[in-house]
Amino acid sequence: MTAAQTTVPTTAALALGDDALVLSHRLGEWAGHAPVLEEEVALANIALDLLGQARVLLSMAGDEDELAYLREERAFRNLQLVEQPNGDFAHTIARQLYFSTYQHLLYAELAAGDGPFAPLAAKAVKEVAYHRDHAEQWTLRLGDGTDESHERMRRAADALWRFTGEMFRPVDGLDVDPAGMEAAWLESVEDVLRRATLPLPEGPRAGGWTAGAGRQGLHTESFGRMLAEMQHLHRSHPGATW
Amino acid sequence: MTNTDWPLWEVFVRSRRGLSHTHAGSLHAPDAEFALRNARDLYTRRGEGVSIWVVPSTAITASSPDEKDPFFEPAADKPYRHPTFYDIPEGVKHL
Repeated sequence: MTAAQTTVPTTAALALGDDALVLSHRLGEWAGHAPVLEEEVALANIALDLLGQARVLLSMAGDEDELAYLREERAFRNLQLVEQPNGDFAHTIARQLYFSTYQHLLYAELAAGDGPFAPLAAKAVKEVAYHRDHAEQWTLRLGDGTDESHERMRRAADALWRFTGEMFRPVDGLDVDPAGMEAAWLESVEDVLRRATLPLPEGPRAGGWTAGAGRQGLHTESFGRMLAEMQHLHRSHPGATW
Repeated sequence: MTNTDWPLWEVFVRSRRGLSHTHAGSLHAPDAEFALRNARDLYTRRGEGVSIWVVPSTAITASSPDEKDPFFEPAADKPYRHPTFYDIPEGVKHL
């Protein structure tokens, strides 16, 4: 214990931990359903990276199992973006592109500081760089692929666009520059979409017609079902071990 | 329905510096870039490698099992090709 060790900002640890946990579970849903075996392994790898991050972050906020398995929907602080259903493969890729670009910028900034998240961020930023690359490679191929893949990728990028503003609202205890991150995020995502021959989605990312109160505990319809599935085993057999 | 079969790639992994690339297995991928990434996920997740090669399986010319005898048999009875007749001086390690 050093004097520099500050108290852990629980709100921020929960927010980042829940993002990682929920997206990890969503990606895990592809197991047995992915288009090809190789891609299934790739998505499972990403899910496991995120689960590892979630365990560290939730442990900073309390007991990881209790937090993951015994909280009600309203107590989760994840972004609404990460809880969105997998949809078709293009939706999963659009969600990955939007989120991993954000997470990469976020961890890079946290890793450069000396706050309580710096050690985790320094390790995770390399994992997330790979997640971002994976999403970018797929976006380019689907966007600039066949007519059907282009149309599906365009639809997915459009559908999730309104969830992206929430990522750049300030979070208590998170010592980053949301406005600077948002500018860098837009530049990066625009660049990928342009190279994928996809139009930049036109809808708003902030304001009345957008989504995004996940950080306040308000979640979208499908999240409850996802949570039921994720928590069912632990709630049915409390304290069970392998 | 378009053809969704991806080509097969052979994967070679160098486990550490100084060693040569060794065949690790094969996988399907739409192109070389993805073959590299899939290889990373399938064969190097537990720190097995420092470098990966991927080669389209169709680019490999293999010896035929039917030609096994002419190819390999003549080498079997030439023991002088194996460096087994040297006395190794004492004190030489790692030979």
